[in-house]
Amino acid sequence: MTTRLGAGVEDLLRQLAPQVLGTLVRRYGHFDLCEDAVQEALLAASVQWPDQGVPENPRAWLITVASRRLMDALRSDTARRRREETAAAQVPSDELHAPGPGDELAPEDADTLTLLFLCAHPALSPASQLALTLRAVGGLTTAEIARAFLVPEATIAQRISRAKQSIKASGIPFSLPPQPEREDRLRVVLHVLYLIFNEGYTATSGPDLQRSELTAEAIRLTRELLRLLPDDGEVAGLLALMLLTDARRATRTRHDGSLVPLAEQDRDRWNHDAIEEGLALVTDALSRAPVGPYQLQAAIAAVHAEATHADDTDWPQILALYELLNRISPNPMITLNQAVAVAMVRGPQAGLDLLSTLDEDDRIGSHHRLEAVRAHLLEMTGDQAAARLSYRAAARRTTSLPERRYLEDRAARLMDADP
Amino acid sequence: MKYVALVYNNPGAFEALSHGERDELMRDADAYLKEFTESGELLSGGVALADPSTGKTVRVRNGVPAITDGPFAEAKEQLAGYYVLDVESLERATEIVTHDPAARFWAVEVRPIMDTAGGEM
Repeated sequence: MTTRLGAGVEDLLRQLAPQVLGTLVRRYGHFDLCEDAVQEALLAASVQWPDQGVPENPRAWLITVASRRLMDALRSDTARRRREETAAAQVPSDELHAPGPGDELAPEDADTLTLLFLCAHPALSPASQLALTLRAVGGLTTAEIARAFLVPEATIAQRISRAKQSIKASGIPFSLPPQPEREDRLRVVLHVLYLIFNEGYTATSGPDLQRSELTAEAIRLTRELLRLLPDDGEVAGLLALMLLTDARRATRTRHDGSLVPLAEQDRDRWNHDAIEEGLALVTDALSRAPVGPYQLQAAIAAVHAEATHADDTDWPQILALYELLNRISPNPMITLNQAVAVAMVRGPQAGLDLLSTLDEDDRIGSHHRLEAVRAHLLEMTGDQAAARLSYRAAARRTTSLPERRYLEDRAARLMDADP
Repeated sequence: MKYVALVYNNPGAFEALSHGERDELMRDADAYLKEFTESGELLSGGVALADPSTGKTVRVRNGVPAITDGPFAEAKEQLAGYYVLDVESLERATEIVTHDPAARFWAVEVRPIMDTAGGEM
């Protein structure tokens, strides 16, 4: 009877959640009601299974329980039920569409992929995309998502319900997007996963420990996506970027929560398994797939990861990668990072010159990171007074307490160095 | 990104309103809270503050606490309440707050809330 227990149950449920939801939606339509029914079934399983053992066919168990809940929901309103049944009868179980990546998948895998596309539908707000992806595909509860985003549970419930209303109202079918738009839609899916990762990555300690679970969840979902679309270089690139970035997690902050910059991190404590996996992924992707922004960002992270000491960093290679990245996907944040690489290769003044091209840019001109990088480069030139002013300006602009503390410390350090 | 919306008004501002204006304010405030709570942008837990005269101000100097009667009555503007928005940008936050009837009658200040986490420097 029992196959797994305890923590294993949770992993199993999270893995099965999108498959069960996909099966229900294909059978009955009504994504919104099915999603609620699956949440209830997952909850029932999480209570019963650790106690009574995992059923022999857990997927079938969940489908049965969720279907029963769905029927209850449909029956609760007679008028609605009639409408729903008519509509359900009209929903084709497998819609015809042009073949493309993902079409040759087993049904349960196609369901997971379809759900990822659905949850990252461009008709939804980014906040709703994140919340719905975590619940419908990740199998997280509303309460868990709320804790991770540090907002009340009611707010996440509103975002999910709003997202489901939008899906219902716009009549988005439960099928993979047709081929011409599938590429673009996949970029949105990747962006949602990237945002989930970032939300978790900025938080590592103290009261924010919950948020770092988002990092693990983003990696898990991206890994799943790569299993479904093994030939897509950008999916591999994104997974590599996450692994190579997350490998530095333990060394990014001290015990007191203060930040440690990349150059000062204890590289022996980086997660070398994650680095190895990330390196292999990005190397393989770059050798066989068309180059894309996530692969290039992963390649930059890889160059940092390969340097045993900060001084050994291959800055000319990083600069070349940033130049390529800025050509294929121009963005002021990339220019900002590129300025650091320019400074390391051609000297701080060249970096400062590139930075000054961003001063008038509305998207980044008043951003604290622009001032923080400028401060760092000014410090490299030896102009301590100007560096101090820039560190202070950056400290005033940031909305992060640890960043403000870091920037104020840097400014104070320069003050102490004065004769 | 979280922002706090701080509602400021003058002492006696509410009493200065006509009966009709007061009704309008209450009605619009309810509709405003409902609309943006349902959009998942306005977080529950916003509060209205009692009149400053009902409060106290605490200062500790050299370990000695001094507790005085609430903020000075002559203050031109006083904090009347606050609520928190969780949105993508300051632009979106201010756009939402333009619908707050308190902004029509008085003023609402929108400030970013400091994050306890930080990015890699």
